[in-house]
Amino acid sequence: MSAMATTQLAPKRVLMKGNEAMAEAAIQAGCDAYFGYPITPQAEILELMARRMPEEGRVFIQAESELGAINMALGAAATGARVLVSSSSPGISLMAEGMSYMAGSEVPMVLINVMRGGPGLGSIGPSQSDYFQAVKGHGHGDYKVPVLAPASIAEAVALMADAFELAERYRTPVIVLADGTLGQAMEPVSPAYRDPARLQTDWNLTSTNGEREPRVVRSLHLRPEELQEHNTHLQAKFAQIAEREVRFATERIEDADIVIVAYGTAARIARTAMERGRSKGLRIGIFRPITLWPFPTAELVAATEGKRGILTVELSSGQMVEDVRLAIEGRLPVHFLGRQGGVLPSPNEVLEACRKMVAP
Amino acid sequence: MTVQLTDNRRVIYRRPDALQDKSTHYCPGCGHGIVHRLVAELFDEMKLTGRTIGVGSVGCSVFAYEYFKTDFVESPHGRAPAVATGVRRVQPDKFVFTYQGDGDLAAIGTAEIVHAAARGENITAIFVNNGIYGMTGGQMAPTTLLGQKTTSSPLGRDPVLAGYPVPITEMLALVPGTAYAARGSVATPQLVGRAKSLLKRAFELQEAKAGFTIVEILSNCPVGWGMTAPASMEHVEKDVIGTYPLGVLVDRAKAGPESK
Repeated sequence: MSAMATTQLAPKRVLMKGNEAMAEAAIQAGCDAYFGYPITPQAEILELMARRMPEEGRVFIQAESELGAINMALGAAATGARVLVSSSSPGISLMAEGMSYMAGSEVPMVLINVMRGGPGLGSIGPSQSDYFQAVKGHGHGDYKVPVLAPASIAEAVALMADAFELAERYRTPVIVLADGTLGQAMEPVSPAYRDPARLQTDWNLTSTNGEREPRVVRSLHLRPEELQEHNTHLQAKFAQIAEREVRFATERIEDADIVIVAYGTAARIARTAMERGRSKGLRIGIFRPITLWPFPTAELVAATEGKRGILTVELSSGQMVEDVRLAIEGRLPVHFLGRQGGVLPSPNEVLEACRKMVAP
Repeated sequence: MTVQLTDNRRVIYRRPDALQDKSTHYCPGCGHGIVHRLVAELFDEMKLTGRTIGVGSVGCSVFAYEYFKTDFVESPHGRAPAVATGVRRVQPDKFVFTYQGDGDLAAIGTAEIVHAAARGENITAIFVNNGIYGMTGGQMAPTTLLGQKTTSSPLGRDPVLAGYPVPITEMLALVPGTAYAARGSVATPQLVGRAKSLLKRAFELQEAKAGFTIVEILSNCPVGWGMTAPASMEHVEKDVIGTYPLGVLVDRAKAGPESK
């Protein structure tokens, strides 16, 4: 491709707020229906959808609750429609019921969680304290859903299309896990919108038209053997996702002594700490999981082999660090730095924690 | 399923085409079978089966998807009106109904049914009220009559402790988005015929995209009530109807748009 053509095709660079960028990216990815309920710090997604979805002749409903929203999503997605729901932490808790049903009945759907501080009503500040909730199952029953964690607004835009694609390929709900900073911040973006191709489907509810047998979308399997068989099928699917869909990014890891493991906004702070550390001779690298489930376990082990230690940085009291320790299995010291409730660690705090790790 | 007869006998009663050829799991004497039949007869008569997407609920009717020859989606307890909303909004030309019991619709699903009505969703809620949680063993429902003994109101429902029966269909009739709300029963053959005409009106109004429609059917639970099937139907006729009067509660299409 010529330089000229590249220039012509390159998307225009615009200043976008994270929440609005994710919403617009979903529309550009062919989202047919959006259901939401107001909650800070993600209300801009709902507001943009309220304006844009009717403009596009698509479905928008402000539901009576997060329970309403997630169940409208279940109904719409059961017909094969491309469906988005968004909320923030307390609302996501209410959606756990619907997520479990969708995982059980294998209904594809994308859910954005713009995390705020918890537990309970918590705060409206940025947080990563819903890692366990997103990664370890969310609702009741034996299931996992893919969790994508963007670290920039540009990446959030790209991941929206990927999220729909994953959801449909594996017939599963997918979570895009952002934090309040990503939702509220504005960044210059050349939005790489993409509308993934629609798959041929034979399970979704379109009514029989008298031409085929009725289809049922359900998670109920009362006979224990039947439910075991269904769960075995789900687990095989999860194993396939874990094998094929791991995503991560590294920065300056080859010569690093210390590897910071962080995702989302925490990874942005870690990057500044890395640059400051490197300017002072401290060799820091970054390992950034993009899929939190499936967690890049083998990739983290390979990337940190022979290093002096790992520092996990999170906007929580320490959740992802458990998966880091499970991956590392004691091969290296794994340290943790976390801030809670909407407080962000400063790059210098992160740098100081790295320095302590190599102090004689 | 046309039956070929070789002599001049005539078929006067047979399974509606919209029902699967299956025995149901319902208890002997339960009204669900009658309501299923009425719905299926209307599907046949109105040629709706091929265009219908059913929305199930949790409770005794959880297996409704086994019996109707339509596509079906299962819902979490109480959420059927929200699920039906999602289905209908992205498939606006389909016929969409929920089939819910009183525990599902009038307790855990109160918010979902009220707001589906408020939005005037073009769905029909078929609401089978037998005043008890049958599936879980006969506990008190929001619709349980005062004084009625259940496994969780063993001394009888006392309003001081457990409040009053909820007239949810009257409440829904107040909402402008409700095009039609009616209450029938399957306690006697005459009432069965009347219930079918209420369902038919609701289905026609959904087809006309008039808004939200609901038909409550007072039914029985011989096992949960500790009665024989005939005694339970008599109880509906003599006692339950006193708390839940039968009739059309609102028909805004008939009244004209001004009444909205």
